[in-house]
Amino acid sequence: MDYVFHWNIVFAKMPQLLHGAFVTLHVSVLSMLLGIVIAVLLAIARMSDSKKISLPATIWVEIARNTPALFHIYMAYFGLGAFGIHLSPYFAVLSALVFVNAGYLTETFRGGFQSIPPTQYHASKSLGMTSMQAYMYIILPQMFRRIYHPMTNQFVWSILMSSLGILVGMNELSGETQRLQSLSFRTLEFFIVAAVMYFIITRFVLFAASLIAGRVFRGDV
Amino acid sequence: MGSFFTPLSWHDAPFILTGILNTIYISTVAIIIGTILGLMVGFLRAESNRFTNVLMGGGLDVLRSVPLIIQLILFSTYIGATGHPLDPFVAGSIVLSLYTMAFMSEVFRGGFESVQQPMQVAARSLGLTYWQTVRYIRLPIGMRAVFPSWLGVALSVIKDSALVSVIGYMELLRTSEQLISRTQQPLQILIGVGFFYFLISYPLSLYGKRVEGKMVS
Repeated sequence: MDYVFHWNIVFAKMPQLLHGAFVTLHVSVLSMLLGIVIAVLLAIARMSDSKKISLPATIWVEIARNTPALFHIYMAYFGLGAFGIHLSPYFAVLSALVFVNAGYLTETFRGGFQSIPPTQYHASKSLGMTSMQAYMYIILPQMFRRIYHPMTNQFVWSILMSSLGILVGMNELSGETQRLQSLSFRTLEFFIVAAVMYFIITRFVLFAASLIAGRVFRGDV
Repeated sequence: MGSFFTPLSWHDAPFILTGILNTIYISTVAIIIGTILGLMVGFLRAESNRFTNVLMGGGLDVLRSVPLIIQLILFSTYIGATGHPLDPFVAGSIVLSLYTMAFMSEVFRGGFESVQQPMQVAARSLGLTYWQTVRYIRLPIGMRAVFPSWLGVALSVIKDSALVSVIGYMELLRTSEQLISRTQQPLQILIGVGFFYFLISYPLSLYGKRVEGKMVS
């Protein structure tokens, strides 16, 4: 293969690439935080006895889980235009990621909550705790342990999914890489560097998550 | 002056159908190759010592922590640079299969490891050879245990196959993109596309949940 690698062009653009990486982290953290808030509400709604409340939540969850993330991004970017809503690439990707994260996390939260036997709640009540205390000190800490790893995975997924921003011209790491390579035609070099950066980001997130787990759960996960 | 854009009509049906079939085609190929490779790698990982495990794990981690879209672009650019460009279907199948393998190998590794040592020792003491133990004890029992996870990975491959559109394979999402640019009716077309993915994925995920439910009880 007579392809000559030119790395200098890539290193000269490092500030822009790092900014792209920052936007990637930014959008995935934000999508995760909003996703968690919505997922808590959806999980409560899904466990409701009233069909009127649980059905919309179920529909949300099943659509999010059974269609591609790229479809959600296209829906947000192109589809919403039919209603006169024109989102910027950033908000299109953010809203799509929030939608998907909320869908997946709802199932995580529901599973975590249902894994705590209701007898624990009754036992805490019989010890004289209020409902609030039972949840704060008994149910939620145990639940948090069980949903911690699935939540970490979901965060990594958000980082990887945000790379789809490249297809709607967003300025996150992939989109920025795409833009920069189109100026210099050093496609391989730019995307290799982007791949390395994604690898470092996800490894770092997983490493940090395991450090935090070690601290918070003191080993007994 | 006539409109530049022509609305969606029944004449587009064969075009959409091709997209649907191509999505099914490439996902099936990736799932089959990914499963076979994943089974081999998963077995090697369950059997090998710490050192080779770390080595293999590192390679698989790269496949799992670099976005699929970057892998597709890198691979097709690399192949193009070598001067022997591949058909989008072949290039897409290779990348998607390797990506699938990375996830499948973890699933199968768990399956092989779920068959505990005493059961293997018991099988050996009954006179089975090492490979007979693998073939008749560990494979059937281990694979049954991880079937729901396998199905989960397979479903995500069907959804991820949408990304192969970036290197030019005419799967469902790319056909819909082309229709959108001609008809300017993004909402109707996208809803149709989403409905199709849902139609494939939802029944399978329900089935997976049912199997899982049966296992727990």
